[in-house]
Amino acid sequence: MIKATTVDIPVSAGNEDHYRLRMGPQHPATHGVLRVDLDLDGETIMECEPHVGYLHRGFEKLAEHRTYVQNLVLTDRLDYIAAMANNVGYCEAVEKLLKIEVPLRAKYLRTMVCEMARISSHLLWLATHALDIGAMTVFLYCFREREELLELFAELCGARLTTTYTRLGGVRQDVTHSIMMKLVRFVDAFPANIEEYETLIDTNRIWLKRTVNVGTVSARDAVSLCLTGASLRGSGVDYDVRKHFPYAAYDLVDFEIPRGETGDTYARYRCRMEEMRQSNHILRQCIEQMPPGPIIGDDAPDLVMPNKPGRKVEVDTPARQGLIKLVEDRDIFMEGDVYVPTEVPKGELGFYFISDGNGSPYRMHIRSPSFIHIGALKTLAKGAMVADLIAIIGTLDVVLGECDR
Amino acid sequence: MQILILLVQIAILVGVVLLHVAYATYFERKIIGHMQVRMGPMLVGWHGLLQPIADGIKSFFKEDIIPEQADKPLFLAAPIICLVSMMVSLAVLPFAKGWALADINIGLLFIFAMSSLASYGIILAGWASNSKYTLLGGMRSMAQVISYEISLGLSLVGVMMLSGSLNLTQIVEAQGSSFTGMYIFTQPVAFFVFFVAMLAETNRVPFDLPEAETELVSGYCTEYSGMRYAMFFMAEYIGMFVMASIGVVCFLGGWNGPFNVPFFPPIWFILKVYLIMFVFIWIRATLPRYRYDQLMTIGWKLLIPLALGNIFFTGLVKIVIN
Repeated sequence: MIKATTVDIPVSAGNEDHYRLRMGPQHPATHGVLRVDLDLDGETIMECEPHVGYLHRGFEKLAEHRTYVQNLVLTDRLDYIAAMANNVGYCEAVEKLLKIEVPLRAKYLRTMVCEMARISSHLLWLATHALDIGAMTVFLYCFREREELLELFAELCGARLTTTYTRLGGVRQDVTHSIMMKLVRFVDAFPANIEEYETLIDTNRIWLKRTVNVGTVSARDAVSLCLTGASLRGSGVDYDVRKHFPYAAYDLVDFEIPRGETGDTYARYRCRMEEMRQSNHILRQCIEQMPPGPIIGDDAPDLVMPNKPGRKVEVDTPARQGLIKLVEDRDIFMEGDVYVPTEVPKGELGFYFISDGNGSPYRMHIRSPSFIHIGALKTLAKGAMVADLIAIIGTLDVVLGECDR
Repeated sequence: MQILILLVQIAILVGVVLLHVAYATYFERKIIGHMQVRMGPMLVGWHGLLQPIADGIKSFFKEDIIPEQADKPLFLAAPIICLVSMMVSLAVLPFAKGWALADINIGLLFIFAMSSLASYGIILAGWASNSKYTLLGGMRSMAQVISYEISLGLSLVGVMMLSGSLNLTQIVEAQGSSFTGMYIFTQPVAFFVFFVAMLAETNRVPFDLPEAETELVSGYCTEYSGMRYAMFFMAEYIGMFVMASIGVVCFLGGWNGPFNVPFFPPIWFILKVYLIMFVFIWIRATLPRYRYDQLMTIGWKLLIPLALGNIFFTGLVKIVIN
């Protein structure tokens, strides 16, 4: 029998007149099931204690009992807003462990879907962040464009959110002419759409009042709080995994890393808006440079549909077959550990594997940016007001599915 | 007999205003819908025309939930206070010459008194629900109403000085029936202050802090459901209507049409009211929400000095002209 305990925020003596407010886990602005315990003096936050774990599904433990191929579907459920980027991150890590070479076309396809996911995730971030601050119209404008991207995902791999598009050694499906045409149309129209969002909020006096000098974090603090992604770059730190440790085809395309200076909510907002423009630029290059060739490597483990010629079906079910192929065909499994970071829309997503030469990981650890960003909430929210807390949660861009795994 | 006629008039007015409330929600949803690249209500009736009635029936038949820990008498009284005080202020509105239920000499003051009374309903709702979010919402509402009531009152002092009366009918008549006599031209600063204070007074965006849904999960009405929630809702919309009517009476020439066009006067009145309501909705679709301390700053450091300065200059000009 587990004893249920409720941990209240400790209130020091003499502070009995502070107002204690438990925000969440059911609260519209905590983006899922984040619980924040607040100790308020009027509306000023004296103490802020984030609690996570309401969406814990035990993926890391689950992964130890499944093969590398099977674990792929778990990564969809991490950051369900940008599942493509997680798929790519996972595959990059396993491919490094298993030493699988990915063909060039697959690399480009991965880059392409990653950037589509980044745009779609940033659009959702902008939509909810603006809605939290009260600008309702931006929300619906963003969803209009996001819908187009999700439809493209559905056409590409059959699912809008849980994509499972990549495979170890490549990707599952090649793009069709119709998808490419739609994407070209999207890429052409998108810069004008970003300007449309900006006309609504970019220089809006109220928006500036709500975001400038709110949730400010200096570059030094941002690094020591382990912030990554736009939350780090908003403080002026030049770090992007895509640029500094390139994966997929990022070393073949040209793009810039937008950086902020002030490290406040507005700087992070500007950063992400510029990132959307850069992603659009990358998408355009991917479409132009897309090389012909296979989409999956020859030495990829099986479980790629349709079956490649020359591979015999030995066991009854495809899942079992994939397991056998992985364990038996590949006689050498690297023993040891590997850590591969990738830049997902939220920040640096890292997969850490310890392999004992078996068919499934001995230990899989996910360094999820959302979890680490929530850790920074306490520092950022101290001394702010209740309304600022909502803006700060929004600007950190957390997804609880990824935070709790 | 006199009383009977008055009762019939009251019944007609209440009926018309409640119907107006229902269709004001439809108006708002449609306009916001089209501003946000969607259609708004479309399913119930032709272009969703019956949607307000469906909503009314829905809220009427919903379960009436009273929280166990709530202060029951106050919890029950709060929405009634809100709705009644808003409805009572309708009595002094002149929809046309002679079309006011009570043509009293302190019409303007009466409306202020009633709209301040409505905020008691909100504060009591926040307190009686015995929930933390509603208490925060109630507290915000209290602070907001106290701050903005002052600038709202001060902004209309200029109008009173020009017209020399607090009677709403006389204020309209003082503006004359021509287009150029409207006080919006002679009192532009007062109109600006009045408009901003009006948004705050009716809890509309960008000053909708008492019911900020993302922070306070609807604030003071979090714990209300069904018809009691609908009563707050009606009070808010009647409040919008009353405030827009004051704006029309004091600044836009009341029931007088432009260029002396002879036409059924209440139509002009309603058209002008809806013009202001449209701006309300337009603002809601465009602007984010202010923060609590920023709201206070605007109220005390910007609007009140502006309104006081306006009174000073109006008095000065009046002395010079005389």
